[in-house]
Amino acid sequence: MSKMTLKTEGDTHVVVERRFAAPPEALYRAHTEPKLIQKWMLGPEGWTMPVCISDAQPGGKIRYEWTHANGGGFHLTGEYLELEPCRRIVHVQRMYLPDPTPDNHIETRFDPDGAGTLMTMRMTLPDAQTRAAMLASGMERGMEASYVRLEGVV
Amino acid sequence: MLNLDSAFSALADPTRRAILARLAQGEATVTELAEPFEMTQPAISQHLKVLEDAGLIARRVDGTKRPRRLVEGGIEAMDQWLAMVRKALQGNYHRLDEVLAAMEPVKPKETR
Repeated sequence: MSKMTLKTEGDTHVVVERRFAAPPEALYRAHTEPKLIQKWMLGPEGWTMPVCISDAQPGGKIRYEWTHANGGGFHLTGEYLELEPCRRIVHVQRMYLPDPTPDNHIETRFDPDGAGTLMTMRMTLPDAQTRAAMLASGMERGMEASYVRLEGVV
Repeated sequence: MLNLDSAFSALADPTRRAILARLAQGEATVTELAEPFEMTQPAISQHLKVLEDAGLIARRVDGTKRPRRLVEGGIEAMDQWLAMVRKALQGNYHRLDEVLAAMEPVKPKETR
């Protein structure tokens, strides 16, 4: 049920799939309502999202700000492009690390799957180079701890 | 030493992926590596340099030849990194499971 897959597709895509027990409507809400987003879109341990702006309408603004317990943080901004309530969200986003990363164009689909939902998130990066950089930076910040552990291993 | 950032960039190029695939079968010289591609040796050497700087391949001195080989553990380290990326995302989705469960009051199910 909770098995997630993350794979690259062609030169510029990354596709994430995950099944959920909840129906598409709930998934859609959890991806668009700030109070819900703030509860789960946190990445590794120690991160919180004190600021979450999500104006879920075409052209509406997105802004997520994360901070870590030990200080430090980063943010992303974006815009909603298309919204099919309960079914599909298309938005574009960029992270500030602190310079803005190239735009990541993301289509998120919530397809009914039995009593639950199959979520498919398809990211499109401008080119292979950018996708490589995104994968290498861990797609989200706050993975430095893991990175350091990995360097110990390599 | 593997540099993840350059390693992922290095893999973004099909020629370099093909070179790695060839080297996975064993050591090869620049001439041997250039053979399957319609490319000049300097062009291949440039790709080899990118792979070398990323820490994915290494060279050995053998007389006038400089055969290249895969650095042990390089590709595995990238796999490990992707595994950690997956883990962080999985963490998010575990939390999302809980958020979803809390959102939905348990509805009476039809009797089976």
